[in-house]
Amino acid sequence: MKPHDGDSVFAHIPHVPEVPLYAMLVAFSKDPTPLKLNLGIGVYRTEDGKPFLLNVVRRVERLLVNDMSTFKEHLPTTGMAEFNRLSAKLILGADSPAIKENRVTTVQCLSGSGSLRIGAEFLAKHYHHHTVYMSQPTYANHPNFFNAAGLAIKTYRYYDPGTCGLDFQGMLEDLSSAPSGAIVLLQACAHNPTGVDPTLPQWQQIRQLMRSKGLFPFFDSAYQGFVSGNLDEDAQSIRLFVADGGECIIAQSYSKIMGLYGERVGALSIVCKTAEVASCVESQLKLVIRPMYNNPPIHGASIVAAILKDRDMCNEWSIEVKAMSDRLISMRRQLFDALRDKGTPGDWSHIIRHVGMFTFSGLNPKQVAFMNQEYHIYMSSDGRINMAGLGPQTVPHLADAIHAAVTIGV
Amino acid sequence: MASTMLSLASVSPSFSLSIQGKIKLGSLERNNLFIKTESFGRMSMVAAVNPSRFEGVTMAPPDPILGVSEAFKASTNEMKLNLGVGAYRTEELQPYVLNVVKKAENLMLERGENKEYLPIEGLAAFNKATAELLFGADNPVIKEQKVATVQGLSGTGSLRLAAAFIELYFPGAKALISSPTWGNHKNIFNDARVPWSEYRYYDPKTVGLDFEGMISDIKTCFVFHELYSPEGSFVLLHGCAHNPTGIDPTPQQWEKIADVIQEKNHIPFFDVAYQGFASGSLDADAAAVRLFVARGMELLVAQSYSKNLGLYAERIGAINVVLTSSDTAARVKSQLKRLARPMYSNPPIHGAKIVANIVGDPTLFSEWKAEMEMMAGRIKNVRQKLYDSLCAEDKSRKDWSFILKQIGMFSFTGLNKTQTENMTNKWHVFMTKDGRISLAGLNLAKCEYLSNAIIDSYHNVC
Repeated sequence: MKPHDGDSVFAHIPHVPEVPLYAMLVAFSKDPTPLKLNLGIGVYRTEDGKPFLLNVVRRVERLLVNDMSTFKEHLPTTGMAEFNRLSAKLILGADSPAIKENRVTTVQCLSGSGSLRIGAEFLAKHYHHHTVYMSQPTYANHPNFFNAAGLAIKTYRYYDPGTCGLDFQGMLEDLSSAPSGAIVLLQACAHNPTGVDPTLPQWQQIRQLMRSKGLFPFFDSAYQGFVSGNLDEDAQSIRLFVADGGECIIAQSYSKIMGLYGERVGALSIVCKTAEVASCVESQLKLVIRPMYNNPPIHGASIVAAILKDRDMCNEWSIEVKAMSDRLISMRRQLFDALRDKGTPGDWSHIIRHVGMFTFSGLNPKQVAFMNQEYHIYMSSDGRINMAGLGPQTVPHLADAIHAAVTIGV
Repeated sequence: MASTMLSLASVSPSFSLSIQGKIKLGSLERNNLFIKTESFGRMSMVAAVNPSRFEGVTMAPPDPILGVSEAFKASTNEMKLNLGVGAYRTEELQPYVLNVVKKAENLMLERGENKEYLPIEGLAAFNKATAELLFGADNPVIKEQKVATVQGLSGTGSLRLAAAFIELYFPGAKALISSPTWGNHKNIFNDARVPWSEYRYYDPKTVGLDFEGMISDIKTCFVFHELYSPEGSFVLLHGCAHNPTGIDPTPQQWEKIADVIQEKNHIPFFDVAYQGFASGSLDADAAAVRLFVARGMELLVAQSYSKNLGLYAERIGAINVVLTSSDTAARVKSQLKRLARPMYSNPPIHGAKIVANIVGDPTLFSEWKAEMEMMAGRIKNVRQKLYDSLCAEDKSRKDWSFILKQIGMFSFTGLNKTQTENMTNKWHVFMTKDGRISLAGLNLAKCEYLSNAIIDSYHNVC
């Protein structure tokens, strides 16, 4: 490294292109057309297309700001204890034996992303098998967390474009042939990007297979409440696994379900065989977290804890979650009905079969590009649509666009 | 294959099976073990639990600094003093949320701002404000867009981003860190897989800076028995208020440090955790960084708002890289983003908005400066009082002036490990074993008591 005058020692550093999705969002914001639709976002929106700050969150923030007994001292490395306890209860159930037996270690992390990375780092250090299987397709950022921790990535079949549903046989086959001990990343509900979830009986089969093959479950739970509107119901997949006494890792995010996106609130729980192991695991998690950012941010966790510990606020929150979930279902219904009324060729029933915020529309990249050019619809080229990007006034426009794309024979 | 359901109902009362992890199986890969129990003429199959996948995970050692606070809490002695704390305390030894921070939070609430994701690089208004605070708004490197700034998770997170960047694009390059330095520095470089070695810094004989040793080691480092100082190492420097010693180079010494770093084509890497908190002046505390920038050097600076804005738990800071061209700055910024994304996707918004709102509003900014001067002033007063008490109480006429020469929250007392233990065991003064005390945990009322403890430990304990 011998720079001469004006030469930079950083001259060899290449440019990293912008994440394609973000580049698309920029393009959307620059589009001057009044009738444009952003269906590529990964966040919830009101029917007017606005960001949604939950009322209960606003209420809590007012309380927090006026509370003179709160300080901004460093949280412990593992985060806010009350938040951790309440998060574990939320995902595992208040009467979970695993919690009662002190077999769960929960650490506050930076939303789902941070939980996934810390979990990955922990596994890379302390788990004997260094391959992670994830669904084909999965959330775009999933491979990055595990790659960064030095774990190898493999995929299991998941989405069947023929049925716009779950390729259950393919999934079971691929998990069957995974080596014993391999880590398997599972989305607890509201699969991103497809919108396709296994049924409960299918989850049971997945669980049985995984336990018999010694595969290690790593759950990503970012949408608890967004499928059925009921928090407990949407946690069933995880609770099935925990009920059999086996171990698993869970990454929880409050970004969508409490609208706390930018606050980066989440939790990583590791359900262990014994309290002893859980205690050692917690101590080792601290060693992963400390050199990354020392301790997690307080604001979002304070909001979550205040809501979850108060019965009225928790109730108010669950009503707001149900409202968000209902709106997504309503948009699905309206889009399906609009396409049916237009006589758009094809079977669009997957739109109402799919769950959560996203749906794999079944549109191909050419059709997506056509819809972007002619109708100013912005969505990812894999055909994923965010139902939250729709409102009753804009559904007709999308239906027109889809109809055109499909009938013009693009 | 049956699931590993623990079927306690089929275990007879007379049979006790210790299941809690005490059954050791040969290897973690074996997952079947059936134990037959016979009781009351009935065969019950109990599938023994698979052992934990994490059976071999050992209990990690506790954090030494945390241990100090915990020992303090456990102590019932009424004279006890917690000088291990790394956070500012008021004269009443209470935590402190700055008034200006409360004002900013109220403003944010009134505006009903939303909580949308920040971009990966963080809040633009914050990034602009933080770079201007550090380098000066009129600095050519800012005007010419030669600075890549990315919001980070306080100082630690910013250091980690930088370390990850170094590991990726300067493979094999070393970090040179002061001996001693903040404990987490080593952990950060270790986890980022950046090799490091130390340069001499603290001179126990003078309780001051071993300047000759520092310069010599930056030129040539001894690692074990090898002479090692490859050109192009990253030299970690504390911008002001060195932690843990409180010993900063003088302006003239900074010039010489810059000389030798340039001579060896090293890259300066500043950790600025106390800007404004050390002297009370934001500009004065940035002097060392600005000196290097003025020489046209490329460098990295990690910033933290934990202490100077009391935003500890909000985790707000930034990593800045000063380059020779705006084009390189843009490329470096894109790389820092690429490293941040698989860590946490995008940074937390709350602390960033607080800083941006305060710095962006002239009234709030002035108020901040006043509160910061007050905090720094309290620390300076306590330093002075401690020094005065030591001089008054100590009959030996030892020179305690190093206390006054040091700056910032911390002070290296020069006490060794045994003497420190005496401080705790006899005097109930809780501090770290390296002899560091946190003046933030001290008030005027306790200076005399502390000085007696120090004098006793220094003179009567070896």
